[in-house]
Parts: sequence; structure tokens; C-alpha cells
Amino acid sequence: MTAQDLKQVAQEHGLSNEEFQKILEILDRDPNLLELGIFSVMWSEHCSYKSSKIHLKTLPTEGPQVIQGPGENAGVVDIGDGWAIAFKMESHNHPSFIEPFQGAATGVGGILRDVFTMGARPIANLNSLRFGEVKHPKTSYLVNGVVEGIAFYGNCMGIPTVGGECFFDASFNGNILVNAMTVGLVAKDKIFKGLAEGVGNPVIYVGSKTGRDGIHGATMASDEFDDSSEEKRPTVQVGDPFTEKLLLEACLELMQEDYLVGIQDMGAAGLTSSSFEMASRSGSGIEMNLSAVPMRETGMTPYEIMLSESQERMLMVAKKGYEEKVLEIFKKWDLDAVVVGQVTDDGWMRLKWEGETVAELPIAPLVDAAPEYDRPCKEPENLLSNWEMNVDQLNFSSDYSTVLKDLIGSPNLSRRRWIYRQYDHMIMTNTVVMPGSDAAVLRLKELKQGIAVTSDCNSRYCYLDPYLGAQHAVAEASLNLACSGAKALALTDCLNFGNPEKPEIMWQFREAVKGMGEACRQLEIPVVSGNVSLYNETKGDAIFPTPTVGMVGLITDIQNYGSTAFKQSGDAIFLLGEAEAQLDASEYLAWVQKKTCGRPPQLDLAMLASINNFLLKAWENQLIRSSHDISEGGLAIALSECCLLSLEQKLGAHIIFEENTDIQSITKILFGEATPRVLVSCAPQDISSLQELARAQGIPITRLGSVIEENLKIDPWIDLPVAELFNIWDAGFEKHLKSK
Amino acid sequence: MGDYTVMKIGIVVFPGSNCDRDTYESLTQQLGAQAIYLWHKNHDLQDCEAIILPGGFSYGDYLRCGAIAHLAPIMQEVISFAKKGGPVLGICNGFQILTESQLLPGVLLPNAELKFICDQIWVRIENDQTPFTKQIKQGSTLKMPIAHRDGNYFIQAEELKRIEGEGQVVFRYCNQEGQSSEKDNPNGSLNQIAGVCNIKRNVVGLMPHPERACEKLLGSDEGKQLFESLLG
Repeated sequence: MTAQDLKQVAQEHGLSNEEFQKILEILDRDPNLLELGIFSVMWSEHCSYKSSKIHLKTLPTEGPQVIQGPGENAGVVDIGDGWAIAFKMESHNHPSFIEPFQGAATGVGGILRDVFTMGARPIANLNSLRFGEVKHPKTSYLVNGVVEGIAFYGNCMGIPTVGGECFFDASFNGNILVNAMTVGLVAKDKIFKGLAEGVGNPVIYVGSKTGRDGIHGATMASDEFDDSSEEKRPTVQVGDPFTEKLLLEACLELMQEDYLVGIQDMGAAGLTSSSFEMASRSGSGIEMNLSAVPMRETGMTPYEIMLSESQERMLMVAKKGYEEKVLEIFKKWDLDAVVVGQVTDDGWMRLKWEGETVAELPIAPLVDAAPEYDRPCKEPENLLSNWEMNVDQLNFSSDYSTVLKDLIGSPNLSRRRWIYRQYDHMIMTNTVVMPGSDAAVLRLKELKQGIAVTSDCNSRYCYLDPYLGAQHAVAEASLNLACSGAKALALTDCLNFGNPEKPEIMWQFREAVKGMGEACRQLEIPVVSGNVSLYNETKGDAIFPTPTVGMVGLITDIQNYGSTAFKQSGDAIFLLGEAEAQLDASEYLAWVQKKTCGRPPQLDLAMLASINNFLLKAWENQLIRSSHDISEGGLAIALSECCLLSLEQKLGAHIIFEENTDIQSITKILFGEATPRVLVSCAPQDISSLQELARAQGIPITRLGSVIEENLKIDPWIDLPVAELFNIWDAGFEKHLKSK
Repeated sequence: MGDYTVMKIGIVVFPGSNCDRDTYESLTQQLGAQAIYLWHKNHDLQDCEAIILPGGFSYGDYLRCGAIAHLAPIMQEVISFAKKGGPVLGICNGFQILTESQLLPGVLLPNAELKFICDQIWVRIENDQTPFTKQIKQGSTLKMPIAHRDGNYFIQAEELKRIEGEGQVVFRYCNQEGQSSEKDNPNGSLNQIAGVCNIKRNVVGLMPHPERACEKLLGSDEGKQLFESLLG
């Protein structure tokens, strides 16, 4: 290749001129095609975090409960008694838009592997989904494909999918978000890491054979979409959950023995990133014979082998002398397992093919010298004008019952049963609180403790104010856990944004990370793992910035778990918190008035922390029977949900407000949003203890009314049979999806 | 309550089985029974006195559900054990394997709405003469979860008439009050059939998961009655 040709090829691999020069400097010679391919995937945005690293460093990652922070396959937190929880959330946005079923399925497969490589048995999956507006011609197809793909993979693996969220907005018309999260349980003394230590130790390849699928998947995920994106379908991998189930069982069986040094999933950038990352973490080198790699197709080249993203594969380093023992376990499970190389101590990656050395790269410079950009940031020009709300131009209806019915059946607030009914959410017999509540609650067999898990982000808030919006995401997740009787331990983040080369997008990113960091510090919730997905843009239109938060909380005694639904007629209903509701940035404004504007509500994090503590005490002492945070849709929606989730019981509520004639302020009371606010119910005999506890903790508490049978009455404005509301809520999702 | 540790129960593990552990844990921890795993490649039933084929996706079920599993080495032994009258229970994928093995009549087609369904449902006990229902009153209802994509029970019309006549229908989907109508049919099964037995009554298959309904904390402990019937 001439110098000009080489430069051209580098460009086609997505490497900038500057990056190409850096490669020449590192090697002190021209790279061959294979080496260029390796540089391009290792330095892709997806693998190198080159635009985001500088900001991610500012997030708090430590705490006494943290066993493993960011940088490994998953974060790990201590839950006591020798046990720990490993968890992580990851995006699979680009592939899922191109091929929703396989894109979403392999997203689940990837995050599961990240967790079980740590030695943890996965016990729960969650997913956070964003789609375009329901009327968009592609939305129904994408929702169907994504949900079926997640179901296909998770159900076959036998891991329950217990929670998540699904949000529709036109900003996702050209780029959907599929963020998958896995939570695993691991014994503290059996945690494994992605290490390649010990000179001469064998490097072992296990799992599916390598095919040509997914080559340059990581590069695809580091670019915007245009009209030709559909042609990228071949870069989407195909999932085989059956093989992964075997891989899971075989790996966990192997991990019971003392044969392993390190293990890593072959995810994005496959064999390249797994081998480089393992050696880099240990400061060692690796020599691999690519001819030994099990191949699905004939005629594959070293370039294709190193860049393939075939699924269900792992790379491991075993203790020398135990190769046969390791291979035996995989043979029992009918899986391919081959020694493909060995650990060296010179810091180089040497790849051989049919006896010849085909690539020779220094590991540390390639990993550590990966580009890091402090990209320019600029506040979007429409930020301040978006905060203006011309209330006078809006038409407010005084038929509040109709507005409530419209909202409770809307795409964003209707029941998600259509989704979670397709997910096996009860397998493994741990699910105590099923999907649909504020958070899912799992018991842990043979432990007194339980955990609650949730994922949250209000993308609209983040668009209108990324700093505040990201704070709301952390705040709401922690509140959802507290409403389940759980204390937040740590979070994983999945940061979905547009093209970071645009200053306005980079500004959104910087502000969101800043806001998230601040909320984490104030609430003492460290970030232990995460993922960044940039370039979520189509033809220049970016998505609403969406820093999704996945959070895990500890319930000290599973018997004291909390849930959303009202439990008994005659119980008293209270409101905790006194933040003033506003219509700005609300779901009401977006769905009823079709307006995305206003500034998201301000957030008193100190008060939120106090309310979280109060809820924990109230559940521990069994003073309350339900708790539910008031979020999208405001008080009327939250009250409805407490009634609706009582399901067959069909409990209602009776609330009385003072007479008011101003339609706009009534609308604000009913549908306005503010955080932190929580609805709790308690038995009549516990009213005074509850009020006393609130006073002692400095929590504003207001009696709103009582739980009754059959009707939701918000006097003097709303009176509806819960059964009627139930039908609208229950059918809403599917109705919107099917309407054209 | 008898001594539940007397009977040894074998749980077959196929590659892709994923309810094997749930079944084992429910039997041993919730009922105090004695259970062991039986590996699909083996031929030895290890003196088990009852066999359970658990739920899951045996061999991935990329072909017809249960079609490959019924050819596994262990199945030869399970089939001859069943033919000798030994009690065999197939749950979900296990039920599909039993119909593929022709130990039970009928087939399980994809659900009518062509989607995986996970839900809490009720079934009515139609036959209390099997080893797994002998302590449950006929006509009573049990609340149990279902979780399957292929649970739509189908059988030729004359065969349907025959198995109904012979009392081979053991479980029927119903509402909470025990009334069974098309409204309470989650998957399109003929006559709302959720589970059947063979003529000799010793082989039973059902789509719902009794092993997931053994504790009130998880929503129901009514599935326990199947295992209590076997052990009692």
C-alpha cells in the first residue's frame, strides 16, 4: 500500500488524520491492514470513551459498600453476610434500530455476559426503552421487535426480566434507545476479573465459533445514521441464547474450581478488545495463534477474526497445568474451548496466523494513548426560549375526569403489561414485587436481605435542562427504591446522547454528568459501572439526551418490603413533601397540550434524602402499607396508580381539596409535577405514630384522604369508577401501538 | 403429613433446562423432599421413585419444542419407567417433551396470539386420581404462574372427545371462582386444557408452573399441593 492508500484506508476505518499520525508515532512504521483495524476499533468512541472520559472522571465512584467500581465488566456492591451484587447497564441502540429483534436480543446477551464473567449468577434483567412517537410508521414495528428480542433472549436464558421503562417521543423517531441492565448475585470471595496474569498461563477461547457477523459493529455505533443505515444490517449480530445458557452454566461451574486467573466477555470489538483489555489491566502481554480460533466459516482472515462480534464468546486465562480440567468442563456442556495463546511479560500483543506473525502491537500505548478529547461545549441557543411557557396561549379543560382518562391511557402513562407479559418475570422464584410497581423487589434465597431494582430517566426533563434532568433521574431512582423499603447502594449509568462533535450536544453531556455527579454526592450513591452511547442522531437530529440510571437498593429484611398499591379500604392517605407542583416540562403539557417546554422542577436534594430515610424507617417499622412517588402525570396519576395496582381488589381513594375556580391552578394541583413528593397509606391505628415520625424527621406531611372501595374521588373535581379507569389504563398501550 | 424424605425424586437436566433449580429448591426447601438432578447424557435413573421433567428451552427449542429432548439418552429410561407405571410429571417444556415422546396425547402449538405469555392464572382440578392431584379436591382451583410461548393444547376432534371421556384432562384454565370459559383461556388451548394425563394416570403434564407457586411471599403457595400429593 502506498502512503496515500494507507491514509485512505485509515479514514475509511473512522480514524482521524491526527489519530492516524499517532499510530505512526507509536509503531514507528506503517501499520498493516489488520493492525489498522485493531487501532480503529480500540480507538472508536464506543471502546475508548474518547469524548466522554474527561467528564466521566468527575463522577463519585467510592463508598464503603463498593467492592468494584467502574473499569471492570460490571460494578459490585456489598450486601452483607459474604454476598455481593454485580450489575451494569449497557446500550444497544444502533443495532436495535437497524434490526430490532436481534439488536435487542444481543444487547441482553452482552450485558448478561458482563455480569456472569464477574462470577455472579444473573438474577434479574431490566430494560429502559425509548421509541419515537406512537404514530410514526416505524414505531409499532420497532416496539414489537425489541420487546420480542428481549423476551427471546432473557426467557431462554431463564433470567427474569423484572422491570424497566418505556417512553415515547418524536425525538426518538430516527434513533431508538435500548438500554439493558443485568443484576447478578455473587459470593464475595468468588469474584472474577478480566485479568491476564502469570507468564506462560494459557489463554483459552470458549463459546460459539467466530463468524463474519458484527464486523465493525463498534465503529457503526460510533457514527450518525443517514439514509444508508439500513444497509448496515449485516453488522448486527445474531443471538443464540441457548449457547449462552450453556456458557453461563459452564462458566459458573468452572468458577467453583480454582483453575482460573481471569475471564472477559467478547463484546464490542470481540477478540480485540477482550485480549487488549485483559493484558492492559495486568500490564502483561499476550501471544495468540489465530489459526486455532474456532471458525464458523471457511476462508476467514485474521482481520475478520479479530474484528468479528460474533456472540456468546469468552476469553479466559487459566492457571498453567489446568488446561485439561478447564476444557473438560466445557466439553461436558458441548461447547468449543481451545487454548489459543499464552500470557507473556513484555507488554506486546503478538498475533500469529499459519505460523507467521501477522500483527505486533505494544499494548500500553495502544490502550493508554487512546485519544482523549476535551470537545468544545456550547449552550444551545433555544435553551432559554424553551423555558418560556406562554400559559395564556393554552386551552385548559375543566373536564378533569376526561383529562385524567386521556392521560392514564396515554402512550407514556398506560399500563406496561403488554410488554412485561412477554418477559418471564417470575422464573428463579425470587420476584416478590412484579413489574409495574415503583421498583421490582427480589428476595435472595437463604438470606434475610432482599434487593429492589429500578431504572429511571425523564428524557424530556434532560432535554429542557440536562443538569437538573440528570439529577431528577438519580433522585427518582432512589425514591423508587425507598418506596420499596430499600436503601440505594449504587448506580449504573447508560448515557445516551447525540453527536459529541457538536458543541451543543457536548454541552448537554457535560451538564448531565455534572448534575448526576452532584446528585450522587449529595445522596451518597456512587456510580459503579456504566456505558456511553453517542452519535444517536439521524440526519442531524439528535435524541433527547437520556442519562439512564439503573439503581440497586438493599432491603435489610425482605419481610418489610414496600409496594405501590393501596392495601385496604379505610386506610389513611398522606402526602410527604411540599414541593410546589408546576406544569412546566410536564407529561400533561406534552401529551394534552402537545408542548415540550418549560424548565423542569427544581429539586431539593436534602429534602429528598430525608424523605428516603423516612420511608425506610416507616417500612422497617411497618407503619405504612403503600408508598408511591409522584412523578410523570402528577398527583392524579400517582393516586390512580395506587388504586389500579390493587388489581382485583379495585380499591379507590377519596381526597378532598378546597374549592377553587381557577382552571389552570386546579390543573396544576392534579397534573403538575414536583419532586420529592410521595403518597403513603397507613392503617388508621398507625396515623399518630406516622405523623410523629414525620415531625421528628422534619418531613412535611399532609393528610389527603382515605382509601375507599371502587371509586377514585378527588373532590370536587373528579369522580370515576376505578374499573373504568382500569380498562383505559390496561388497554391504552396496545391501542396506541395498533392505531395508525 | 407423611415423611417427605422417603421418596427420591429425579429432576432431569437437559441443556437449556432453566426451571430445574427452581423445582429442586421448591422440593427440598419448601417441602423438605429428597431430590437429585439427572443429567441428559446418562442412562441411570439412580433409583428415583418419581421423575420430573422441568421447564426451559431444551436444546434451545429452535426446532419444535421438546422435539430434540425426547431423543436424549435419559429419555429412554424415563419412557420405560413411565411404561412400568412410575410417576412422571412434565412442567411446561417438560409437558412438551412428554407429548413429543407420545407418553401423553396431543401437541402444544404456539400461543394463539403468537407471543410469549407470563402471567398468574387459575386452573381447576378435573381429575384427582393422578399421583400429582390425589390430595387435591376435584373442582378446586389453584393459582399458579404460566410462562411459555407454545402452550396452546391441540388434539384431533375425536381424540379430544376420547380423552375428555376417559378423564384424561387434569387441569383446565378457569377464573378465580373456578368457572372455565374461553375468556380465561390464555393461549388458545382446546377446551381450556392446561394439563393432561395418560390412560394409566401415572404420567401428567401441565403448562403452569407449580414449582413457582410454593410460597405466599411470591404470590401463591397453591402449587405445593401437586408435590404434596406425590409425597403424601
